[in-house]
Amino acid sequence: MELTNEEKQIFCEVAGTFEIPAGAYNFRVNGKSVGRSSTTNIDVRPKKDQSGLDIYIKKGTKNEQVHIPVAISATGLKEAVYNDFYIGDDAEVTIIAGCGIYNCGPSDSVHDGIHRFYVGKNAKIKYIEKHYGFGPGKGGRILNPTTEVNLSQNSEATLELEQIKGVDSTIRKTTAALENDAKLFVKERLMTHGRQTADSIYEVELNGKDSTADIASRSIAQDYSKQTFKATIIGSNKCRGHSECDAILMDQAEVHAIPALDAKTKDAELIHEAAIGKIASVELTKLMTLGLTRAEAESRIINGFLK
Amino acid sequence: MLEIRNVSLKVKGGSRTNILDHISLRIKPGTLAVITGPNGSGKSTLAEIIMGIKTPTSGKILFNESDITTQSITDRAKAGIAYSFQQPVHLRGIDVYTLLNIASGELITPETATQYLVKVGLDSSYLSREISNKLSGGELKRIEIASVLARRPTLIIFDEPEAGIDLWSINSLVKVFKKLKESGVATIIISHQEKILKLADKIIVLENGKIKQQGTPAKILPKLTGGKDGTN
Repeated sequence: MELTNEEKQIFCEVAGTFEIPAGAYNFRVNGKSVGRSSTTNIDVRPKKDQSGLDIYIKKGTKNEQVHIPVAISATGLKEAVYNDFYIGDDAEVTIIAGCGIYNCGPSDSVHDGIHRFYVGKNAKIKYIEKHYGFGPGKGGRILNPTTEVNLSQNSEATLELEQIKGVDSTIRKTTAALENDAKLFVKERLMTHGRQTADSIYEVELNGKDSTADIASRSIAQDYSKQTFKATIIGSNKCRGHSECDAILMDQAEVHAIPALDAKTKDAELIHEAAIGKIASVELTKLMTLGLTRAEAESRIINGFLK
Repeated sequence: MLEIRNVSLKVKGGSRTNILDHISLRIKPGTLAVITGPNGSGKSTLAEIIMGIKTPTSGKILFNESDITTQSITDRAKAGIAYSFQQPVHLRGIDVYTLLNIASGELITPETATQYLVKVGLDSSYLSREISNKLSGGELKRIEIASVLARRPTLIIFDEPEAGIDLWSINSLVKVFKKLKESGVATIIISHQEKILKLADKIIVLENGKIKQQGTPAKILPKLTGGKDGTN
């Protein structure tokens, strides 16, 4: 199938390429797979009972990648996609997901992506998810990702979740359950503008002894956009949890941060930090003393903040 | 190089309305001038006016014979003036290497960036660090000084450079100032530090927004210390 320029642009933004990548992959366009491949160690299978994939990563797989980007270029398309990842013990993989919507029409286009990870003992995954929207249509570009991570003993997950721009509405739900010695690292980057809304909700259960979680969210809210960040960490064992929300507020935008720490034992060490504010004038002044204009200084801070 | 002509800054209300009162000064290339005086005497305000952070209500500032009184901070920076903040600024999202690249005005290698860090007692391990509250006050202060050195300016203004350099000896700072002077850079330092005052070609004492006295350390230091050779 020939990709349109808009679809190529989406894949470049969310997956870094529109060409066939090395390793296993599934490229999805307007509700259909347009290319799929498995490897010796990674089996990508379409689900039989619902839309989505079952992805099996063999025990001990090392340094392999799976690309599963999604593009929507049809106005009014609404889909829910269920992708389940079964990661064998001791495996180490990088999963590149993400979705982009090009909407040139009057109707809302919606992608609900539900990703569930079952990470085996001692396994490590890196999950990169980028969301992006563009197009001249009045129809909304709506992306609602749900990410569920189940971490077995001594396993590790690093989630890099990024909403680049152009997404009118998003409700992002991330849940995780960690067994003994498991580790979760989340780096979220979010940008809203216009009248966009973004809710980012985390619920992390530190069930295992010496499990750790670190959630770092950075966002920029511009124009009249509204964001809500809600992070709940539940410590049920000797564990360490940290969540951090750092937001730059511009124009008439609003950001609400709702931290929740639930320590069910005295051995749980849980920390939350939140900072919301505009770019300080002294930050701009400092960069202007180094030769940047005010606009260049603001741009530097915004771009750097979301890296 | 720098000429300040009758600069005043008046504000409405408050216990003192004349923050700066008809200040005139000349700084030549390679001169190291130290501005000292009690708290609230107008030292930092004068430094900010030279950099363009504050605007005088009257008077003129000339740099290399051009009137820069109404020029922006950016234009003054591009003309060769650099400014080191008394309180280092947190720059969320900007790491040390990026800051030094911005300061240099061109793409520099990590090795070149590291050379600026070494001058202030840091090393390459700081290049990837974000300029945030995860760094100590002393580290931030040294990075602040490194950033102005990377500008390679012809005039540098340091506002109390000794403040917060707890982890780095004052002697290292003095070496930096000596090298700047040797290289022909004009330097204005706001300071109370004896070792820095002794380095000066010229000491300017401000009090209540006015120049109370100015001259060489030999002339000024005994007056500051009541006859002893040195200050506190």
